[in-house]
Amino acid sequence: MPIDYIPRTRELYSRYEPYRWVVNDRVPWTPLSRPIARCRLALMSSGGILYRDQPRFHREDASYRRIPKSARRDELSIWHFGYPTADAARDPNCVFPLERLREFERDGIIGELCDPAFSFMGGIYSARKVREELAPRIAAELKAAHADAFYLVPA
Amino acid sequence: MGLIARVVEEAGIPTLTMTSALDITQAVKPPRAVFLNFPLGHQTGKPDDPELQRSIIRDALNAFESIDAPGTIVELPYVWDPADNGWEERDYRPGFMPRQPGREEADRIEAERRARFARG
Repeated sequence: MPIDYIPRTRELYSRYEPYRWVVNDRVPWTPLSRPIARCRLALMSSGGILYRDQPRFHREDASYRRIPKSARRDELSIWHFGYPTADAARDPNCVFPLERLREFERDGIIGELCDPAFSFMGGIYSARKVREELAPRIAAELKAAHADAFYLVPA
Repeated sequence: MGLIARVVEEAGIPTLTMTSALDITQAVKPPRAVFLNFPLGHQTGKPDDPELQRSIIRDALNAFESIDAPGTIVELPYVWDPADNGWEERDYRPGFMPRQPGREEADRIEAERRARFARG
């Protein structure tokens, strides 16, 4: 049985006011303009990935990092305290599958992998901050990069 | 993640969101989601298992193309540990999160990282 994260979050943070999860009814929709094999696909992870000497994330940090598509595994590190990071630190592809998507590009499974990929530190308490600060900046990045499709991997 | 997917989708770029937290995703309703019942930190697979990672991501991209109803969540059939699902009871309880370093320790870790990459 999948974990019910909403009640378990309430237990985990029982000394705080219960977190008010966002509940949506309406769902936005944009159809894919072409098959994935011809798409420019952009990648983002909320796993707190840093490239080389990029500065770390802070609490309630709505900033993001640009990770070059060519980044090697030994150039990536993790800065996040909201999930057990040992496995992702050893192999970032668990939450940030850059190497796998480079292979998919090479093999023609995707048209092209957008450069750069993106990462931030998930667990931002303020949904408003995510919606009004982080998300529009990412949308603008993707527009500028002419991304056809966006693949989001949380942690 | 679902919140960001919704904003980006609204801006005209189609999205697919991975998730391991089904109840949260059902509430937030990203346009397209793929649920993998793995522990947090493994939404595209296990470490050093590129075959599994490829297979999961491949399935996710297939769902990207096939989902045609807004808000659909496709569940993938992978099982974290066929012999033991005890992680579902143990995970995300007190002590589950890594210890957060204090400011000084965080500064030291960051300085070490800077020095490592300054050397090339």
